[in-house]
Amino acid sequence: MSLSRREFLKSSAAASAAAAIGMSVPAELEAAATKAEKSWRWDKAACRFCGTGCGIMLATTGDGKDRKIVAVKGDPAAPVNRGLNCIKGYFNAKIMYGADRLTEPLLRMNDKGEFDKHGKFAPISWERAYDEMEKNIRKALKEKGPEGVAVFASGQYTIMEGYAAQKMMKGGFRSNAFDPNARHCMASAVVGFYQTFGIDEPSGCYDDIELTDTIVTWGSNMAEMHPILWSRVTDRKLSDPDNVKIVNIQTYTHRTCDLGDFNIIFRPNTDLALWNYLAREIVYNHPEAIDWDFIKKNIIFAAGPVNIGYGFRRAGEKSLLPVREDGSAGKYDAKEMQTYNKEMQKIVSELEGPALEPYGYKAGDVMHNTPGTLKHHEITFEDYKKSLAPYTLEYTAELCKGDPDESLDSFKKKLQDLAALYVEDGRKIVSFWTMGMNQHTRGTWDNTLAYNVHFLVNKQSRPGAGAYSLTGQPSACGTAREVGTFAHRLPADMMVKNPKHRAKVEKEWQIPAGTLNPVGNQHIMKIHRDIEDGVVKFAWVNVCNAYQDSANAKHWIKAAREMDNFIVTSDGYPGISSMVSDLILPSAMIYEKWGAYGNAERRSQHWRQQVLPVGHAMSDTWQWVELSKRFTVDDLWGPYTLRNGKKLADVRGEAVKMGYSGDTTMYEILFENERAKKKYPLALDQFPQQGYDNSECIGDARNVVGTDGKVFKGYGFMIHQYLWEEYASFGRGHGHDLADFVTYQKVRGLRWPVVNGKETAWRFNVDFDPYALKHATENGRGSQYAFYGPLAKALPFGNLTGVTDKKKKSLKDKAKIFARPYMDPPEMPDAEYDLWLCTGRVLEHWHSGTMTMRVPELYRAVPEALVYMNPDAAKERGLKDGGLCWVESRRGKVRARVETRGRNRPPKPLVFVPWFDERVFINKVTLDQTCPMSKQTDYKKCAVKIYKA
Amino acid sequence: MSNHLKAKKPLGDRRKFLLNMARGAGYAVIGGFVWSAYLDEAKASPLVLRPPAAINESDFLKTCIKCGLCVEACPYDTLKLAQPGDHKPIGTPFFTPRDIACYMCEDIPCVPVCPSGALDESSVTVKGQLDINTAEMGLAVIDENSCIAFWGIQCDACYRACPILGKAITIEYDKNERTGKHAFLKPVVHADACTGCGMCEHACVTEKPAIFILPREVAMGKAGSHYIKGWDKKDEARLKDAHAIHTTTKISKRKAVDKLNRGLEGLLDE
Repeated sequence: MSLSRREFLKSSAAASAAAAIGMSVPAELEAAATKAEKSWRWDKAACRFCGTGCGIMLATTGDGKDRKIVAVKGDPAAPVNRGLNCIKGYFNAKIMYGADRLTEPLLRMNDKGEFDKHGKFAPISWERAYDEMEKNIRKALKEKGPEGVAVFASGQYTIMEGYAAQKMMKGGFRSNAFDPNARHCMASAVVGFYQTFGIDEPSGCYDDIELTDTIVTWGSNMAEMHPILWSRVTDRKLSDPDNVKIVNIQTYTHRTCDLGDFNIIFRPNTDLALWNYLAREIVYNHPEAIDWDFIKKNIIFAAGPVNIGYGFRRAGEKSLLPVREDGSAGKYDAKEMQTYNKEMQKIVSELEGPALEPYGYKAGDVMHNTPGTLKHHEITFEDYKKSLAPYTLEYTAELCKGDPDESLDSFKKKLQDLAALYVEDGRKIVSFWTMGMNQHTRGTWDNTLAYNVHFLVNKQSRPGAGAYSLTGQPSACGTAREVGTFAHRLPADMMVKNPKHRAKVEKEWQIPAGTLNPVGNQHIMKIHRDIEDGVVKFAWVNVCNAYQDSANAKHWIKAAREMDNFIVTSDGYPGISSMVSDLILPSAMIYEKWGAYGNAERRSQHWRQQVLPVGHAMSDTWQWVELSKRFTVDDLWGPYTLRNGKKLADVRGEAVKMGYSGDTTMYEILFENERAKKKYPLALDQFPQQGYDNSECIGDARNVVGTDGKVFKGYGFMIHQYLWEEYASFGRGHGHDLADFVTYQKVRGLRWPVVNGKETAWRFNVDFDPYALKHATENGRGSQYAFYGPLAKALPFGNLTGVTDKKKKSLKDKAKIFARPYMDPPEMPDAEYDLWLCTGRVLEHWHSGTMTMRVPELYRAVPEALVYMNPDAAKERGLKDGGLCWVESRRGKVRARVETRGRNRPPKPLVFVPWFDERVFINKVTLDQTCPMSKQTDYKKCAVKIYKA
Repeated sequence: MSNHLKAKKPLGDRRKFLLNMARGAGYAVIGGFVWSAYLDEAKASPLVLRPPAAINESDFLKTCIKCGLCVEACPYDTLKLAQPGDHKPIGTPFFTPRDIACYMCEDIPCVPVCPSGALDESSVTVKGQLDINTAEMGLAVIDENSCIAFWGIQCDACYRACPILGKAITIEYDKNERTGKHAFLKPVVHADACTGCGMCEHACVTEKPAIFILPREVAMGKAGSHYIKGWDKKDEARLKDAHAIHTTTKISKRKAVDKLNRGLEGLLDE
């Protein structure tokens, strides 16, 4: 048969193409491909970025120190993402290889090579770096005691790093000035969990998405911040579009709103009123929807004081003195004080007046604020009902409507439709929230108000139903919360102020009774303020960017640069914190070390070290363990008097009784102890170590010269496993059960509590949670649930205005519904500063951008932070799309480009500026207000003016 | 404040120099020099992207006087004048979205300054007001094989970068049957709204952009005006091109009578 003309052309083209490159295609290509594939090593890991916790696979190739990550793929076996990733996860392979990686320690020095706070950074050895650290820590301890040594910790620590840091800070230095950036991201969620359930972390899991009928997002742009979860939400909607409803409750329209059946745009802070409106609808207008059997068996009602301030500095603090006639005070000018003064007292506004009436206040009253307190007491249902009375449809709609261009009727209809979804019998509903409800001057209240509504209609802790706090950071749950890298916490929900908890930890750590400091009040904003007050003299930034991510940043940067103190930053890249520091330590990044993260559904995921760190970088675990070698029993365990007058005992004698001597190092006690060496020897030829690097335990091919001036050869035992197992021992048997180290190397994560090798999907429900079953059986109430968290489970009794009977009554295994009102935030738009400023993230960039701004594709996609604003608001100010403007608050200003037609579409009164871009340093503008209970900063609202630059 | 935020200054020396060089090349061509460049690059290049409001390419080449005023007016340095080696008609303005996209300025500063009519202000004017959304610089085209959103990656960087998002690019939701619980969020370009500004191409995170701008002439097909969508009232707008219909095919090209008079022409051959 002859060839057709077309066939002839086709084959000759192929032949000539092959001829042109001079090879017989199939055989040689195949051979090359096989060879390449053999030299790739695929291994599992967790994504570096958000709290979703996607599983990935990393391909590495090369030998020894030349082994590099060359590719990444979504892990098809990972239940969270089943092989998919978002745009950031897609670039995991590129994040460690930026041109300006920090590769050696850098110290500010003068011409003579001496440390000089005003000198320029120059490379030094690890030994010199540690000499400087040691010297400055000793100086700080001598001058100010343990309160003078602080660490900005992280929700992006690996679990082992966080635990190692925790041991040295609290066990070694006896300092609780140790608080993570996670304070900024989920502290309100934590206090919400503690107050409601008595134990931290979500009751549900991501499977709720596939099982629910209704997804309501509150202050959460899931489409950009939890993209893989959002694709699951989208899939749920697609699978049953008529029945499944999606509602988004936000202060501006964004990507998540694209999928909403309807979207509610509310005035900032009034989500408090929206929750109370929903509760009022249930209690007053749909009492048949209340599951009284559930309430009686499982719930009590509670209230606490409302005059708790806004988490600012309080009058009389050192940096607020002297108070001057022009209104300024200490280091704060008169304009800043306009807002700060509300910490002590405020006038109740017309907006909040009606909401506060049940609590004994009315519009025009002076409210005298006391410092934030976690105290609360039991009240009657009738009192709770009274607290809801003000939230009529009329009041709520007037108060909450956030878009002046929307009609009141349209807004009211949405509120009614929303209430109908929560009330509807048999309709499963999940309320997701992220930073909108956590970064909130009443964040704790807001969190508890969410559970109220779900409890009233018995839609909590059930498959497909529950109020669900989504975490932002990859290990805010795993490390910050579970390990307890907070000023006030110890592992597994234990508290530094609880003597029994301290004793338990002291015993496990084999340190003298009385070593641990019971005063844990140096939360992250307090650390900044203590530096400004000259109390903290040494601060170390770990796995975060404390000088870019903290609100009202100018004060903290000035304090760091201009006062007598020593600031150290450990990082992979030179961000703002490095720029502000005196000493910079090069840190191994995520896949350059063994690690574990815990995601927002209680899933713990481990990975092995895939490659050697670049340059002389070493992991934060190593950095902490090396520091512990520099301090002995005599150095740290003598007596101290804290600034509140409390004494820390001299425990050196006790230490000697335990077999230590005055010169035993913290390294020998906390890390390289007998149990670590005996129980966790290196097993070089066994899984999971075989074939993998382990820079901390066996040194590595780089032969890094360590902190003692000698080549570092490794600790000689499996320190990662030791840290994991010791940490895990605190939670086992207490509702925080974790599996063993080796198991996690094999599985795609497990959701704790892991009991008898089985993970737990829904907590507090006897069908799924063995702890709930145990408690329900024991308490004999015949309930499907047991809210068994142990914290704050005995309360005095009272009413909405205070305690009437101080005698504490037990509420074992019960959860709480709280009466909590709407209140204004301390700074709201006025004639001069006439717009709300909200900050946050964008999908392309992670946090302060130190990693993602170094990925060329992500940089190209979003090279700069923009001011997202309403086109009419821009026009009124003579601003053009793409033109430059100033965003100015009482605290500072930044210049950035206006964007009026982008992905974020605010109503006229609000602008959104993301914070990833160090060149648009929006935290100079924001306000360091916090929820006075959780101490979490509210980055979502302050007042600004915007004008042409 | 860092460089990238500096307010637009008068043309920097370097940029002025480059601009003058390009202009020089243009003038040189007119003057009869640099013939080799002229021969290679003076012909209409079908893939070149022109400023907003450019008239059709062949008329544009005849009309543009290569003065560079549009390039000078562009606040983002998007527009360039073609130089030898650009493989575009020398001295004419163009842009490369992957380098710098058109930011779609509301006041379209590049257009009113055109002295020759090569940029036709009336084509981007609606009711006496400039409206950049009516510009037709090109059209975004997606290569679905390399677009990672079609793999299931949660990307849609192009969608978020689109100045008329929700109109020029929308997201199509589709179930991911492989995972059983995720959705595809696939970008879809709408030719009636896309101006070809190229913000999508610029933002695209694949190594070579999976979404890119082509001149509309190249990117678009065209349905005949003889059929109007019965379900779309707006489609009747295409009737403006409707004309008397006259058809010829291979079988009909002879006059009927000629065909009939050729006999049976082997009709019964086997």
